[in-house]
Amino acid sequence: MSPIGSETNPLRVAIIGAGPTGFYAAGHLLDQKKIVVELDMFERLPTPFGLVRYGVAPDHQKIKSVTKVFDKIASNPRFRFYGNVELGQHLSVAELCQFYHQIIYTTGAQTDKRMGIPGEDLQGSHPATEFVAWYNGHPDFRDYQFDLSQESVAVVGVGNVAVDVARILCRTREELLKTDIADYALEALSQSRVKEVHILGRRGPAQAAFTNPEVKELGEMADTDAFTLADEVKLDPLSEAAMAASADRATARKVEILQSYAHRQPTGKSRRLMLRFLVSPLELTGNEQGQVTAMKLVQNELYATESGSLRPRATDRYETLPVGLVFRSIGYNGVPLPDVPFHHKWGVILNQSGRVVDETHQQPVVGQYTAGWIKRGPSGVIGTNKPDALETVECMLADLAEGVTLQPENSSPDAAAAFIAQKQPNYFSYADWLKVDEIEIARGQAVGRPRIKFVMAEEMAAAIGKPLK
Amino acid sequence: MKVQLILATKVKGVITITPEKSLQDAAALLTQHGIGAVVVVNPASQLIGILSERDIIREMAQNPQLSSQTVDQVMTQTVITGTPEDDIYSIAHLMTEHRFRHLPILEDGNLIGMISIGDIMKAQRDMYRGEVNTLEMQLLADDD
Repeated sequence: MSPIGSETNPLRVAIIGAGPTGFYAAGHLLDQKKIVVELDMFERLPTPFGLVRYGVAPDHQKIKSVTKVFDKIASNPRFRFYGNVELGQHLSVAELCQFYHQIIYTTGAQTDKRMGIPGEDLQGSHPATEFVAWYNGHPDFRDYQFDLSQESVAVVGVGNVAVDVARILCRTREELLKTDIADYALEALSQSRVKEVHILGRRGPAQAAFTNPEVKELGEMADTDAFTLADEVKLDPLSEAAMAASADRATARKVEILQSYAHRQPTGKSRRLMLRFLVSPLELTGNEQGQVTAMKLVQNELYATESGSLRPRATDRYETLPVGLVFRSIGYNGVPLPDVPFHHKWGVILNQSGRVVDETHQQPVVGQYTAGWIKRGPSGVIGTNKPDALETVECMLADLAEGVTLQPENSSPDAAAAFIAQKQPNYFSYADWLKVDEIEIARGQAVGRPRIKFVMAEEMAAAIGKPLK
Repeated sequence: MKVQLILATKVKGVITITPEKSLQDAAALLTQHGIGAVVVVNPASQLIGILSERDIIREMAQNPQLSSQTVDQVMTQTVITGTPEDDIYSIAHLMTEHRFRHLPILEDGNLIGMISIGDIMKAQRDMYRGEVNTLEMQLLADDD
């Protein structure tokens, strides 16, 4: 038989997860000049793009333009998409090994870390990602309920998800009407009685993860005034020294903007957004119905670790914040995949530079790889996953050159297609997705919105005339 | 960015040596694994020092008869360590200011990994590449 990667015996790769990393890995593989690669991408949802569709805020449409790059990758005749196909439910790793030389897991980080404080499970306390998935029309979260009759909301964390959640809570109906937010979320948010949103960061303004455009955007909303507290945005000596040493102008500017918010006067807008720093939640308290009513906070101070990082340390100063709704956004973890070695504490697949390794001997598992957030943990912007995927692809190609691949019983694409169709007859192809995409955009354009999303697979199938079995 | 981000893709862990081993053993270990430093641990696997290429070179300059020396005679005994929660930028600053290139990482007192200045450079490079890529893509979208 001709060597793997040749025209008559292409390298067959299964990609698990159709988010940005999956597409970047596909792009790197299809760019190979000396190796012929054929890709099958599997996604448990009917639609591709992962967090670009279900995570990026609906009022940040420009960020979603990366999908044009992914469309181009998907147009390669050696690329196939199988949406609505889930590893563990429709296919197992052992079955994939029968049809592919290599498997790459790019499933991202799907769950929130818990705060680990009393009262965290009271009604009205939610992971921020559930709210994000809900307003973005993720089918798994369509029926979630958030009590938007509450007037005061706390968002724990200062990363971009926390900022997105706070901003969406503060947007007016008119602002949201320009987005592709899910219709049911648009209606619910239009009826919202939220008057105050508190974003809570445990460290100071210089350590806040959000970017300067994000913090400026918070200060420029149509019907929300954003404020900070002067004492909390004043730089402590350690932060001041760290900033002077790094000469980081972006951080200096961020601190300036946040300090300017402390001197703002109310302008009569309906809502108030408080950006708080150096505070940590200690406890959520509730009423007799088990509904959260308040959050106990401790004020922090910063100290330098041996290696120079600035960490928060609790003081003996406390406060109680009346809140009826809480979203936690303090970090994310990946979800283990069936039969794939996992580092549970860090929420990542066990790997060495992208090669999956076994738990016992920490040796590479032949033919299995990982990339993106499920490989290294959640960090960076969408594009950060491109070099990360490249590192993994380089490992895959090096192993191929050494002859270290899976030995599939049948590597014909037709055999794989038949097997998948038998396991999940209701899979969505990329052609199906392109039809869904076209209809969603047309529905949106008719009313001046970027798109109006379908939520459930059945709605999508009906819209494109695809019979479900 | 946290140290954990780097350690997540280095699950094979940290190469260690015991203090009574010879410098020749240590040099062989560095060569075998293509690394620039090893952590020195006692029988309870606790960190007691670090031995880097630089330590060996420094000793070589003073004492050409290296083979009889043991690791603990040459290693750096005052070792700065980090945790998975530490910030990569702070560590980059620390390495630059204090002129060292390897940082053992401890969690609850246990040695769980080591990161090098090369790891830090790679993490920063990938972050900047990612940001540039994302910004370019958004700028190009404006042209459509």
